[in-house]
Amino acid sequence: MLNRTADNAARATPEPLAKTIRGISDKGLAWLFISPTILLLLAINIFPLFWAIYLSFTNFRANRPNEVVKNLGLSNYRRILGDQDIWIAMQTTAHFVFWTILLQTVIGFTLAWLIDRKFRGHAFWTTIILVPMMLSPAVVGNFWRFLYEPQIGLFSYVISFVTGIPPTNVQMLSNVELAPWAIIIVDTWMWTPYVMLICLAGLRSIPEYIYEAAEVDRASNWRQFWSITLPMALPFIMLAVLFRGIENFKMFDMVNLLTGGGPGSTTEVASITLKRQAFESWRTGYSSAFAIILFVAVFGLANIYVKALNKVKQR
Amino acid sequence: MSLTTAHSVVAPSSNSKRLAGVLVVGYALISIVPLLWIFATSFKTPPDSIAYPPKIVFQPSIEGYCNLFTTRTRQTPEYINSLGPATGFCDETVRKRNMVIAGPSNFLPRFVNSLIIAFGSTFCAVFLGTLSAYGFSRFKVPLADDLLFFILSTRFMPPIAVAIPIYLMYRELGLSDTALGMILLYTAVNVSLAVWLLKGFIDEIPREYEEAAMIDGYTRLQAFWRTVLPQATTGIAATAIFCLIFAWNEYAFAALLTSGTAQTAPPFIPTIIGEGGQDWPAVAAGTTIFLVPILVFTILLRKQLLRGITFGAVRK
Repeated sequence: MLNRTADNAARATPEPLAKTIRGISDKGLAWLFISPTILLLLAINIFPLFWAIYLSFTNFRANRPNEVVKNLGLSNYRRILGDQDIWIAMQTTAHFVFWTILLQTVIGFTLAWLIDRKFRGHAFWTTIILVPMMLSPAVVGNFWRFLYEPQIGLFSYVISFVTGIPPTNVQMLSNVELAPWAIIIVDTWMWTPYVMLICLAGLRSIPEYIYEAAEVDRASNWRQFWSITLPMALPFIMLAVLFRGIENFKMFDMVNLLTGGGPGSTTEVASITLKRQAFESWRTGYSSAFAIILFVAVFGLANIYVKALNKVKQR
Repeated sequence: MSLTTAHSVVAPSSNSKRLAGVLVVGYALISIVPLLWIFATSFKTPPDSIAYPPKIVFQPSIEGYCNLFTTRTRQTPEYINSLGPATGFCDETVRKRNMVIAGPSNFLPRFVNSLIIAFGSTFCAVFLGTLSAYGFSRFKVPLADDLLFFILSTRFMPPIAVAIPIYLMYRELGLSDTALGMILLYTAVNVSLAVWLLKGFIDEIPREYEEAAMIDGYTRLQAFWRTVLPQATTGIAATAIFCLIFAWNEYAFAALLTSGTAQTAPPFIPTIIGEGGQDWPAVAAGTTIFLVPILVFTILLRKQLLRGITFGAVRK
């Protein structure tokens, strides 16, 4: 209605009035509006990326900027692919990504499914559950070191209280077996609400009448869950999994503060290896090559993610 | 037909509701314990904070907050007695431990850095983001989808990987360890979120308003200013809060690219040490002060949270 009125009015208006009065054409304006953002990203993201690509073919060391830089061709890349430590770091990263996603998805979906029952006060408790994910992973992760301290830490105390292991023996951060789990616990505590929130949106997007129809057809609850609830919420669950997957692939803050990659290198994820190589051993060229390899991997994930995102949007 | 089956969504029975409620409340209480413990520890004395078994009931003290804001030196009791009466709470608390306040600690300047960098980068990101989002929403931009994907893809890079060349670039430009450098960097990281979120908000504003305004003789720019901006206020505010929270919480870039003048609170807080290791009450005090604004924002943002964490993909 409004559109038609506008069209008629536009037709009645003389041409110069409608389009370019005292101003810039739409095309010029679009360009003016979008270019600052693109320029900023080119300067802060893309230019450094190309610099990193250049460095990845050299033996440059950031702490010796005056040394002659040699071009090594592909040898950095060759060395990375043959480097035992890099493969172990990638395995550690995969291990973290797998377990954190599994736990967060199972707990998160279960919570969402329970909240969807709409018991009294569910809005309030949902807000309480959401709090951990909004906080700084670094600042909160750092405090978990205190909770994990053997004997004096609350977490260790509770564990020893429940299991009867002497409190000095609950070495969450210094025991090779337990350290990865210490990180997985904190990550799960922090990000389960994130998965829960997305799953909740998925469950709430299911129209009531489908269930009503199923009730009429005498479908069992079990059957309703498997053939209505889960398939309809699945795109949302996938979205949450992809988001967490990409985030945890980059995992740095918490690991750096809780264990710094130790004990030994049991919790050394890709980002920690990168930090050690780049800012401790100062092998700038070598670490740049590793960074580029990670880019390519993450970019692949990002592509899959956007496709899934569009699928969800189409529903 | 009775619809009182345990898991039916149509009419959950009161029993299944109650069970769901108990389980969710149980989870919520357990997950909030670490945060309550941070808060409690910030009001403990250092000996109380490392007591075994952990103290749930204790005499509250502000020593943690005193230690957070000051640096102290150990003195002999004779010297302390010769100083005359204590000048305030903190002075008194510290003297009981045979120490005197030597000066202010670095916490306040670091906290102020966090404020400056978070607000500065949020303003820039929301400003640029609003313009771009409007551009993508209202004009036919060539390759719009590719550009939008490019803007989003900058979000997928591991910060450490970007930090290597940024570190070198900033060293050349004299931007390392400056607030300006951090503001630029956080703006670049946040602008992707701002563009995606705001595009969603602006898409929801009918075009007819602008068109009507333009028929009335306003230029496109004036129409944007008078009709779109006022209607996008809620969206812009929500986006700003998301950018603010990100910049406030960010650790990786801050830890690698700042060391002194421009260091923000997240890399600073873990370095707070007392005598004989980490001064946990002071760390907890710093953490508490740092978390309170975020708690307030989370409650304000409740309704927009989902949109923010999914880059506008999922809207309630």
